[in-house]
Amino acid sequence: MTNIKCNGAEIVLKSLIDQGTKILFGYPGGATLPIYDALFKQKRIKHILVRHEQGAIHAAEGFARSSGKIGVVCVTSGPGATNCVTGLADAYMDSIPLICLTGQVPTKLIGNDAFQEADITGITRPVTKHNYLVKNVKNLEKTIHEAFYIAQMGRPGPVLIDLPKDILNEQYYYKSLNKRNLSYPNYKPQLQVDSSSIKKVVSLMADSKKPIFYCGGGVINSGKNASDILTKLIKKTGFPCTNTLMGLGCFPALDKQFIGMLGMHGTYEANLAMHDSDLIIAVGSRFDDRVTGNLSKFSPYAKKIHIDIDPSSINKNVKVDISLIGDVEKIARAIYLEVQKSNFFNNSNNLKNWWLQIANWQKKNCLGYKKVNYPIKPQHAIERLYEITKNKDCFITTGVGQHQMWAAQYYKFNKPNRWMTSGGLGTMGYGLPAAIGAQIANPGKLVIDIDGEASFLMTMQELSTISQYKLPVKIFIVNNRWMGMVRQWQELMHGGRYSESYTASLPNFVKLAESFNIVGLKATKSSEIDGAIKDMVKIKKPVLLDMVVDQKENCFPMIPSGAAHNEILLGPEDETEDKVNEEGMVLV
Amino acid sequence: MSDQKITKHTISVLVNDEPGALARVIGLFSGRGYNIDSLTVAPVNLEQKHSRIIIVTSGSQIIIDQIISSLEGLIQVHKVIDLTSKNSTDERELAMIKISLKKGKLNDIKNIAKKYKAKLIFESLKNLAFEITDSPDNINAFIFKLNILGKIDVSRTGLIAILKD
Repeated sequence: MTNIKCNGAEIVLKSLIDQGTKILFGYPGGATLPIYDALFKQKRIKHILVRHEQGAIHAAEGFARSSGKIGVVCVTSGPGATNCVTGLADAYMDSIPLICLTGQVPTKLIGNDAFQEADITGITRPVTKHNYLVKNVKNLEKTIHEAFYIAQMGRPGPVLIDLPKDILNEQYYYKSLNKRNLSYPNYKPQLQVDSSSIKKVVSLMADSKKPIFYCGGGVINSGKNASDILTKLIKKTGFPCTNTLMGLGCFPALDKQFIGMLGMHGTYEANLAMHDSDLIIAVGSRFDDRVTGNLSKFSPYAKKIHIDIDPSSINKNVKVDISLIGDVEKIARAIYLEVQKSNFFNNSNNLKNWWLQIANWQKKNCLGYKKVNYPIKPQHAIERLYEITKNKDCFITTGVGQHQMWAAQYYKFNKPNRWMTSGGLGTMGYGLPAAIGAQIANPGKLVIDIDGEASFLMTMQELSTISQYKLPVKIFIVNNRWMGMVRQWQELMHGGRYSESYTASLPNFVKLAESFNIVGLKATKSSEIDGAIKDMVKIKKPVLLDMVVDQKENCFPMIPSGAAHNEILLGPEDETEDKVNEEGMVLV
Repeated sequence: MSDQKITKHTISVLVNDEPGALARVIGLFSGRGYNIDSLTVAPVNLEQKHSRIIIVTSGSQIIIDQIISSLEGLIQVHKVIDLTSKNSTDERELAMIKISLKKGKLNDIKNIAKKYKAKLIFESLKNLAFEITDSPDNINAFIFKLNILGKIDVSRTGLIAILKD
């Protein structure tokens, strides 16, 4: 039995090592000096020095989402900790497992308004799955192991541990507690599902004439095996499948049963199929307002089955007929086994009319756009990026806005954990640091941050991090000089009064990149797209490609806020002003 | 959505008696826009360090279910019981009411207190104070009657109840 005497900071590191942590994203400061001193003396954990704490936490998110492991962050007290709040909220909304270690002023000074003091457990309570303030070094090791358990068990999420400096300096024993069976008294999420409801689900599936699978980020969180078994199940049933923004990649986009993303900027066929469906099988998805549109007109004819690990997701927005609480992988396997017993699913004629109907919707070619040489259409740029990189098992991150939606529409994801985007919180500036995390988790792989110029500007100090660690991240800026999604809403809903959505004085992105020792490229005409992308991919160093695109292009299809799935707009020709009612105007 | 009828529910939440547990529970209510009509907290098991929080809230059945499953998801929460939908005792509340004495009202005040089975816990030349444990309706009625007879000040604990089984 190990029982090593060491200080609190060393206990922290030993616990992390015992939990398998190899990478720590962070930024030092006064309160965390003992941790950084302990880091200096060891070689098992590699610290990645970011340039802003928000970068650390998004990098940890990118690391977690691209690897399925827990991302770990270490920042100092006060401003170091508060700079992480956005990232914690982001991880909480998207259910990403993180451990955030924050320094704190010594226990005796807590509450004294000491230098760099912030009540970070108070501040982060609503945006963490759980948080701790460690007030006794005896509880330190147990707390860290418990935090790892909580972050990944059930619905994952961020857990924050606040570490006062005196605790980090105090001597105590490290006991390797994780090697014994620690019991976690009251947090035991339900993972298994009862077989009677599986039978009910399968009989509903067999009776359905217009079924649809609607799969979300929960499938990705459940692990690669969950995507595999769910894909097998969907293939076996022959049902159409739509994915949420968070779920892209959990069912292969190239499969003929995939009918695209659904929701506000989802495909015409996916949204119409949801609207007309008689059976929705929601898997690891949460009926988010971006997905459902107007709730009172949402899928009026459908029976709804909801598979989710979080009981509080059930009936939150939409009342469902059957709920199955548990791990997606286990439930999908149970349904698959039951489906195999039934003969019904071998007869492809059952769904013939439904697929004919879907094929009719697909004829609208809702993602079509007009290609011209100048200016570059943003859709064209992303479509070419996909075509050129599709065989390279790419990892894609994004900022938030039009470019994010175009990336979701035109980049096809065939595997889970390849797509990292801020879904729930919609955090601009997510893309660049998330790409750092994804690259560190997947050395040698091609990681591309498809970013907007405005999103990029929010966290671009991380170019310095990319340069320091020689990370071959590719930054693909879809540059239209506007906060494009804001401009689009102003055009469609505010009479074209473009209030504060234009970015004057953008930097010269090529020179900016070069100043960080990053290769800068630029394309302004469609004829230059392929060459620029091929150069970007070929260069083994970090590259920033400034893709200067049409300033006026809007993102379609679009379900205006407050509208229903079948009120989707296909393009600028569709009248919008009268489709947004007063109720819709107040929605975000 | 059906089940839109708003009803009152008394919910018992057994939590770890540790910092942040109450804040998490209350934060869930304020953060998600649920009402708290009444709240009580006290340690109930010193050995295991458990406290019981009893919250009276109101909402449609869907909202109540949502509240319960969200509470159950909190790490520091052991057990959540919707006392209103289970076989529980009538709800009780303890109140202390102080009344300033006006000339010639002493007997009236004491008679009312006797009728409501309120216990005199303090008496001076200026003030009287009573303790009453009863249903909220009876306590309200008692307070209403005293209010006519003098200036009053009230402290109440909030509702509690317990499962019968």
